[in-house]
This record gives sequence, C-alpha cells and structure tokens, in this order.
Amino acid sequence: MASSSHKITVTVNGTRHEAEVESRLLLVHLIREVFRLTGTHIGCDTTHCGACTVLLDGVPTKSCTVLAVQADGRNVKTVEGLEQDGKLHAIQEGFMQEHGLQCGFCTPGMMMTSCALLEHNKNPSEAEIRGAISGNLCRCTGYVNIVKAVQHAAAKLR
Amino acid sequence: MATENDATLRTSADVCGMGHSMKRKEDPRFIRGQGNYIDDIVLPGMLYMDIVRSPFAHAKIVKIDTSRALKVPGVLAVITGETLAQYKLHWMPTLMSDTQMVLPTEKVMYQSQEVAAVIATDRYAAADGVEAVDVEYDPLPVVVDPYKALEPGATVLRTDKPGKKDNHIWHWEAGDRAATEQAFKDAAVKVKEHIYIPRIHVASIETCGCIASFDKAQGKLTVYMTTQAPHAIRTVFALVAGHVGLSEEKIRIISPDIGGGFGGKVPVYPGYVIATAASVVIGKPVKWIEDRMENLQADSFARDYHMDAELAADKDGTITALRIKTVADHGYTDAAANPSKFPAGMFSICTGAYKLKQAFTEMDAAYTNKPPGGVAYRCSFRVTEAVHAIERMVDVLAYEMKIDPAEMRMKNFIGADEFPYKSLLGWEYDSGNYQGALKKAMDMIGYADLRKEQAEKRARGELMGIGICSFVEIVGAGPSKQFDILGIKMFDSAEIRIHPTGKAIARFGTKSQGQGHETTYAQIVAEELGIPASQIQVEEGDTDTAPYGLGTYASRSTPTAGAAAVMAARKIRDKARKIAAHLLEVAEEDLEWEVGKFVVKGAPQKSKTIQEIAFAAYTNHPQGMEAGLEATHYYDPPNLTFPFGSYICVVDIDRGTGEVKIRRFVAIDDCGNIINPMIVQGQVHGGLAMGMAPALMEEISYDENGNNQAGSFMDYLVPTAVETPKWETGHTVTPSPHHPIGAKGVGESATVGAPPAIANAVVDALAHLGVRHIDIPITPEKVWKILHEKGVAE
Amino acid sequence: MIPASFEYHAPTSLPEAIGLLGKLGQAGEEAKILSGGQSLLPLLKLRFARPGHLIDINRIPGLDYLKEEGGVLRIGALVREAALEASALVRAKYAILIDTAAVIADPLVRNQATVCGNLAHGDPANDHPATMLALGADVVATGPKGARTIPVKQFFTAVFTTALEADEVLTEIRVPAPPPGSGGAYVKLERKVGDFATAGAAAFLVIGGGVIEAAGIGLTNLGPTPIKATGAEQFLKGKKPDAATFAEAAKRAAAATSPNPDRRGSVEYKQNMARVLTQRALTRAAQRAAGGQ
Repeated sequence: MASSSHKITVTVNGTRHEAEVESRLLLVHLIREVFRLTGTHIGCDTTHCGACTVLLDGVPTKSCTVLAVQADGRNVKTVEGLEQDGKLHAIQEGFMQEHGLQCGFCTPGMMMTSCALLEHNKNPSEAEIRGAISGNLCRCTGYVNIVKAVQHAAAKLR
Repeated sequence: MATENDATLRTSADVCGMGHSMKRKEDPRFIRGQGNYIDDIVLPGMLYMDIVRSPFAHAKIVKIDTSRALKVPGVLAVITGETLAQYKLHWMPTLMSDTQMVLPTEKVMYQSQEVAAVIATDRYAAADGVEAVDVEYDPLPVVVDPYKALEPGATVLRTDKPGKKDNHIWHWEAGDRAATEQAFKDAAVKVKEHIYIPRIHVASIETCGCIASFDKAQGKLTVYMTTQAPHAIRTVFALVAGHVGLSEEKIRIISPDIGGGFGGKVPVYPGYVIATAASVVIGKPVKWIEDRMENLQADSFARDYHMDAELAADKDGTITALRIKTVADHGYTDAAANPSKFPAGMFSICTGAYKLKQAFTEMDAAYTNKPPGGVAYRCSFRVTEAVHAIERMVDVLAYEMKIDPAEMRMKNFIGADEFPYKSLLGWEYDSGNYQGALKKAMDMIGYADLRKEQAEKRARGELMGIGICSFVEIVGAGPSKQFDILGIKMFDSAEIRIHPTGKAIARFGTKSQGQGHETTYAQIVAEELGIPASQIQVEEGDTDTAPYGLGTYASRSTPTAGAAAVMAARKIRDKARKIAAHLLEVAEEDLEWEVGKFVVKGAPQKSKTIQEIAFAAYTNHPQGMEAGLEATHYYDPPNLTFPFGSYICVVDIDRGTGEVKIRRFVAIDDCGNIINPMIVQGQVHGGLAMGMAPALMEEISYDENGNNQAGSFMDYLVPTAVETPKWETGHTVTPSPHHPIGAKGVGESATVGAPPAIANAVVDALAHLGVRHIDIPITPEKVWKILHEKGVAE
Repeated sequence: MIPASFEYHAPTSLPEAIGLLGKLGQAGEEAKILSGGQSLLPLLKLRFARPGHLIDINRIPGLDYLKEEGGVLRIGALVREAALEASALVRAKYAILIDTAAVIADPLVRNQATVCGNLAHGDPANDHPATMLALGADVVATGPKGARTIPVKQFFTAVFTTALEADEVLTEIRVPAPPPGSGGAYVKLERKVGDFATAGAAAFLVIGGGVIEAAGIGLTNLGPTPIKATGAEQFLKGKKPDAATFAEAAKRAAAATSPNPDRRGSVEYKQNMARVLTQRALTRAAQRAAGGQ
C-alpha cells in the first residue's frame, strides 16, 4: 500500500518550513531528519521516555506520537528555539547552574516540559514539578537537580 | 553536600582546580540541543540498516527468504549469516574469549537474536524491509533455568563447540574452602539465605548505534559508535577483521557524545559488525540505530546471579565466616565485559567492610537461551551482586541474633587504623573509615529517633522499616599484574599539550558518557599547573587522536586516567621548572612552585607564570632542549581504589496494596579527595536512582519458552521523578594513599549501595513478623503476599 | 518504531468524516479515527495495527466543547484530558473525573489524549470507562443516520470492542450532573506513573437521610471489558455509608472481576486490590458526598 504524500507547512521556532511527507512520517522524524534540528531526541518506541518532547502550539507533546501531517499549519517549538537573540532561556540557565544534566540526552525534553510548566505555574511546588516531568525519564541525574533547575528558573522568571 | 568550604581549596575560582563545583564545560552545547549524538550524525550517501530478529529463543534456521524484502522500494540488500560466513565474520570472539554469533548460519539461541540485516536508503524503507524478510524456524527445546541447564541430560546449547557436552561455562572460586567449612562447623550461630538478583538492563535514554563508513579509495574504515571504550574496539576490529584487510592504522573509531553508557555501551554488538561489513562491501556509510525494544531484548543485560549465602558468627555477634555459592546465568555465551582473569569480576569483594576469619566463594556459570552480557548497569564488575549478598546477610544475622543492624556493623567493621587492609579473598583495601561513614549517616537521619518511631508505629500495626547498607567498592581496574581485557593491560592515559599562549589541550583514553570529564579532567590539570580549567580543552573518544586507553566503565576513569593526567601534568611541570630556571637565570633547586608559577626562593618578586613559561617553550627555550611543553603518561595503577559509604533508608508500607514508599534516603559516600563536589553529588543522585529501580521495580524475566517478559518500557519499569525520592547526601573524605591526588572514583557507588539499603529497610519493616529475606525487585505484590500470609494485610 | 504505510485524511466536518468511514468500510478498507492518537499511534508504531486509512478529526471545528447544560456535563470528542483537568467546572463538581484524568498515562500524553478516545478505544485498561460506568454516563455515537445515545453500561461489549458501528464516531460523553449529597472518587493502583492500572476502582454514591440512595462502581483492567460491579452496587442501596458496609461491598466488587495474571500481579493479588481500592474509593466518595475533599 503506497503511502499518500502530503505537502505541509510547519512553523518551527518561528521559521516557516515546507516539506512533502509520507502520511506515516512521525513529527519527531520531520523535526530531526527533514528539518535537521537534532536537539529533539528519540529514546523509546512506546511513548514512555519523553526525550522527544516539543511544544506543539505551546503545549508540551511527545513528538514521536504525533504525525508530521498533524503539524501542518501549526507551531512547533524545540530546544533550539529556547535561546533568543543570544540570551539563554531561564530554564537553560537553571539546568546549567544546578547541574540538572549529565549525558544531556533527556535534557531538551525536560526543558521543553519545564518551560511550559513555568508558563502556567510561576511558583510550582516540588511535587508539582515532579508531577509535571513524570512523562520525561532520566537515567543519569536521579531527578534531584532537575527539580532544582526548574526551581532556579522559576525564581529567575518571577 | 560538599561545600566549597570543606576541602581547603588551593586554587582560586578563576583557576578552578580541585574541590571547586565548577559548572560543566560540556553543558553549553547540551542545553542548546547541540549535542553530537550518534543519530545526529549524517554522512553523504549514508544508508540505513535495520535488523531482523528471532521470535524464538532456540530454533534451527530452516530458510531465510529475502525475495520479498528485496522488492520493497528503497531496500538495497539483505545480509545473512551466509553472507558473512564468506568473510568468516559470522562468528566473533567475545571480551571473555568465548565466541558469539554476528549472524547465525545454523540456529538462533535467544529471543530477539539478530538473524538478518536489511540495508536501505532510509530508515522507513529499512523497517518495511525487515518485515518482509521471511524466516522459517524449527523450534528447539529451550533452556532458561540455569540450574536445569547444569543438570546432566540438559539440552546442550553450544553445539558449535566441538566436544562440548554440557552448558557449564566455567567454575571459579576464591578463599579457603576447608578452613571456611571448619569455621562454619565451629560457629555458634549460622544463617543462610538464597538470594536471587534478577536480570536488569541499563536502559540509558539513548540506545546503541553506529555509523560505519568505509572509504574504498583510502582503504580506511571510520566507525562512529556508541562505545565507552573506543581504542579497545579498534584493536578488536583489527584482530577480528584483519583477515579481510582491515588494518589497525586504517581503522578509526569515533565515540561522539553518548547519551548514557552505564556499561551497556562496552560490548561489541553484532549490529556494529554487520554495519561495518555492509559498509566495506557496499562502499557507503551505513547507519544502524537500535530501537528501545531491541535494546532491552538483545543488548548487554546485568546481574542474574543465584547466590546461596551463609554467615557464621560467635555468640557475641562477631562474624567469623562467609560462604557464598553462586550460579551465574550468562545467556548463550560468555560476553561479560570483565577483565580476563576475573570471570566473576570483583565478586570477591563480598567480604565487604568486615573483619572475618574465613571466607570462601565459588561460582559456576551456565549457558541459557538468553542474550549474553552480565556486566553492566553500574555494577563495578559484579560488585553490586557481592555487596547485596553481604549486606543482606549481615542483616539476616542481626535479626537472628536480635542485635541492632547498625550495632552489628559497627562491631564487625575493619578498624579505621587497620589500612591498608588485606582481605581474606586477596584484595588490599587502600583506605577506609567505615565507622565514620555509618555514624555520619545515622546522625544525619536521626537513627535513634527513627527506631523509637518504629516501635510506636509497630504497636499500632503500622509498618515502617529502616535499612542500612555499608558498602566497600573496588574500582580503578587496574594494575597490569592482574588486569587485562583480551590481553590489553588496563592502564589509562593522558596527553597534555600547552600552547604558546598558555592554554592547553588534554586528551584521554577514557570516554565520558555524562560523567563530566571535560570539566573534571580540566580541574585536575588546573590544580597541577595553575592554568585556568576554562582554558584547558579536554577531548576523548577519537582513536586517531586520543592516546590509547581502556575506556570508561567500572568507575575507573578518575583512578586511572585522572592519575595519568596528574602524572603528565607533573612531567610538564618538571620541564617548566627547567625553562623557568633558564628564564630567571637561577638553578632549578632555587625555584618553588606556587599555583601557576615558579618563584625564586627568598625573592618572591622574581617569578615566571606558567603562561610565560609556555610562551618561552616555543620562543626562548634553553639551547639543547626540545621546544614545546607537553607530556603523555600511561598510568599503571599500583592497586585498585576502595570507595565506601553508608546508606540508610526509611520506608513505609501500605498494608492494603503492599506498596513501599521511600520516606527518606541518606547517602554518605567517601570517594577520597573530591575533584568537583557538584559532579560527585550528581553521580551519587543518579546512582541512587539506578539502585532504587532494581530494588523496587526493574526486572527482565523469561517464561519457560524463553520469551522476554519485559521487552519494552511498558513492562521494564524505569522510575519517574514521582517514584524517585529526594536524595539526601553527604560525604566523608578518606584519601587513597596510592592515588596521586588521593581520589578514588564514585560513579557506581550508589548503584552498589542503594539496593541492599532498600531491601534491608523493607525486611526491617516486616522483621517482627518473622520475615528475614525478600528478593529484589520488591514489588507491591511480593510485599502484599507476605502481609496476607502473616494475616496483617488490610 | 515505524508504522506501516497508510492513507491519511483530514476532513473538516463531521459529515465528511462519517462519509469517509462509510465509503472506506464499503470498499472493504480498514479505517481508524485519529483523535488524540495516544493509544492508536503507539499501536501503529509497533505494527500491532495496520489500518489502511487514518481519519484525523482534529481539523473539525466545534468538537472540543466541555459544558454543563440541561443537567448534563457534555464532553465533546476533542476535549483533551488536560482540558478536563484544567476545567474549573469539572474541578468543582466532578472531582471523580479529575481523579481519573490525573492518573491517565503522564501529563504529556494527557495534553493530546482525548476523553472520548479513552472510551472509544475499548481498552479495558483505560481509566475513564470505569468512572463513566460508576457515573451512569451515556455516549453519543454519530453515524450516517444521525446521532444515537448509548448508555455506557452497554457500550463495552468485548475486549477492545465497543458498540460503535464501523461508520460511527463517538462524538460526546454525557455525564449526569451530580445531585446534592453525592460524591465520587477514582483510585488507581499503578506500578509507576504512566503504567496501566494493576487495578482501578471508581465509586459514586448518592447519600440521603443517612443512607446510600444510589451507588455506582466501575472497575479498571480487571476483566476483558471495564466492569460495572452491579452486585456491589445493589448491596449498597439503603445501607449506611460506613466502613463495614464498604468492606462488604468491596468484597462483592472483587468477586465480579476476572483479571488476567501478568507482571502487574496474579489473579489473587489483583482481586484483592480490586477489593482494597473499591473500599478506598467508596470511603472517599462518601467523604465528598458529605462535603469533604
């Protein structure tokens, strides 16, 4: 069965991109392979790990479980879009200051989830932070410093 | 948490040597999503490889029909065992000098074993191709129980080994069997438990993969690979594929940024070899990235030890003897990544932190129809297993004798004044202060108050437990007298070059997968030379440029390559002294080294900074001296190092569901002198999470047909931030007397120490009901069954 | 990790979507509705399902309503779990729905997953079915002949099978507005965040004059379909809402289960958990009925 092909336009980090894609192309592959933004990572095949988290119309979403065609006409923000005009986003600073990353592989997903959290909750409790990132797995940090990183960013943003 | 005030900082924040919590130099790229991981790399003309895997755990391959697959648009080739057999590449040696299949020609021996590989123009076509390969199997009897595997009459798995009539791989023992037997006969008290530590999997968030790129014109093979040991891989490739024309100077292994290793990225996986063969034949780069299910089902597992452990004691609670008999389930071949003379790794550390009179341990390894591996998941070469056994048994003995577990440990610890300490099973512990660490942990958690609280809660029928683990680690493999992998000695290396403008580049034979080497190595060199750490470029992982090393695993980097960095830096300092003497027109003996400069004794205004010396090394060096300012050092450690610690865990048990909630976890670690307190603490946090996971929820199990029952993250349970408690950490500092900066290594301590602490806490919660042992993972169901049997379930 | 090929359609109206379902069905083609996609796409990625067509309803306007009218909470087809969690109305009056949404998968999945999809998928391991059974909710199925209302207790017919026809879309869930003196709760036992339930229990009680006037109990992942524990419900009617009553009702609820043994637990464990969780859900429901949290 041949897969239908679709012309789509997706705005990524403020820039419009056009692509012609198979129906079955996953959004994460669109981002990584077609648009060559490789900061978004793939860590599993059952929608558990969250390494692929991006903001889809501002909402943190596992991009491995969305089709590229579903993003037609919509806005995607990836880790590459956090830094603006050479200035790091508070969440990026928080992760670096608090040693919230070690191998760095889960970090983009963690940061996208966290910055969406801080948009809606300016002063999240520890439990709220842990709950918000419960769809993002990390094997290196044991999570304590990730929580601290988010708290650091929250303080900076307040 | 170590603070800047703890150690005496000898360097300024600007130089940032030992003891500073320097922010990591690797972070700027990671926080921008600009890491360079294997799947980020794209080479011109690159093809994609995906692997056909066996649904059966043991089966003859009757037929592989590739015709449908070859018709899938985008599929270029299908490689089978027959293809590789033409080049004698269908089998290869393992790191333990056993043999393993790259692709089978006769039969498969574990579920998800590689059976064929599809090469295609993109990964979607490769996936379609894999589905279209038709393989006909003839199932064979499956052996999954290692005890049954060792029984006479069991199906022989390794029919490829001429004359092999059983599934026994090796027997290993250490200690004095007869004397230990006597000690048990003479003992006032004896306890025995069967302890099973099931298979688990590192499950780093990045899976394994490679890009093999053979340049036909140059005859050069470059392989980008998720490997923790690039040089060892290069040499193995040269030895294994030398007969097809690959020569070591024309092989380059590049280990890029790695998304977590933990030992799972040490072995040579069939995928790497098949991709390499494909690239050599086709002449184009071939990328292979495994998906998570392949990773969990086929890659290097960890643990799977069945241990019968016994302790003997005097009637006053003095432990006299230890005996452990183990059956080790190795899967279908011995591909554990151990030093060659240690098929059971460092298991003989099982005497732990205690003075014993006798000890004996023996082990038999068995082949089963499961994937190979065994040494991974931050185990420090089987130290996790050894420590789990001794620390569980100390508690079993404590309850038997009605002695508080903390008191039992204090009573039996090796004294702080008894180091270096020769253990009964042949190790010389370099330094330790086990009482100090345990006391600190007890103070930090409020042990006495917790025991009071427990008594009160028990009276009300509430279940709360306190568990202790006092572990001794053994890392830094290792001295050339005893340690090698496939014959290559386990030194490690540093090559440091100072530039004319006083900046530096330092390259190492190790390979960080998140441990922060770009920062910590720079801090070591900064400490020795006074060049700011921010101006020292650290590189690892490219075998064309890095000095030869054995890689990063088993917490060996600081003990070996860290020491090499110190020695190389001191060689540079020796040459710098000569140049300084020349510049200042004094004798070398008239100079004193202060951080970053040589000063004339008694004339402090006469000095030369390392930067001035560096410039002079290229512009004004003494006649007769070589220009330049650099040194390489291959460090052969005189001994291993022995980090240690005490962990205390408090749990509350839900009497309705059996759920175990960790209320508090205090970890006191001693890794000797600390390079970067922030990074050390991070290693402990991560290690604790990787200790909690197997203690409570991770397990890879097989049914009687060899079907993997945890082959995805659906059933292989990696904890989230919600299940993971807030770790509380502290440290003591007992330097290693033989390491040039007194450091010991820490990466795996917490994974070693946490599971027994948690298991001990749960058993402690139920000890008053007569419970003495529970195997990990301690799932809610396991606990509930006990509560139900004891009549205390809700 | 990579789905098999399929045709993708993005209709912009409900009639267009239903028309496509009908046309493809008649042509013998398998078509699946894509709403949140958080259950469907994982199946496609593992190639456990290979429909020839996906009909994406996310482009259809007007399906994301969440409103109370005529004594009914109306949840439209495209209401995300996260929207349910964020709704002040739902938080104030339908705490049981918040309990349920909060334990579905993880927060990222909930940003895309839909409440209606959680029912339409027919998975006995999904959480909303038990809650909707306890609440006595209805679903609205819309097909070529129009919309029909199906009581949830008739909706789950077999494992992964619902009463939806091949050419129907589940367009709405209707939850009766809670009467005074009522309260509900959902309790889920999971091995970790993101897991399906080892067991889950939804309880809804209407208490008046010191006795239970009506009771609804739904159970998750304890049989081939979500379970309505009618025996337990009937037992509760007219009884005092105390611990002893709840314990007995919980026993009866557990007896109505037929769980599969798996890595989450043996039959014995799961049935006992059905009992424990039902008791806890009933206790919490009664607390809420009395005005508590």
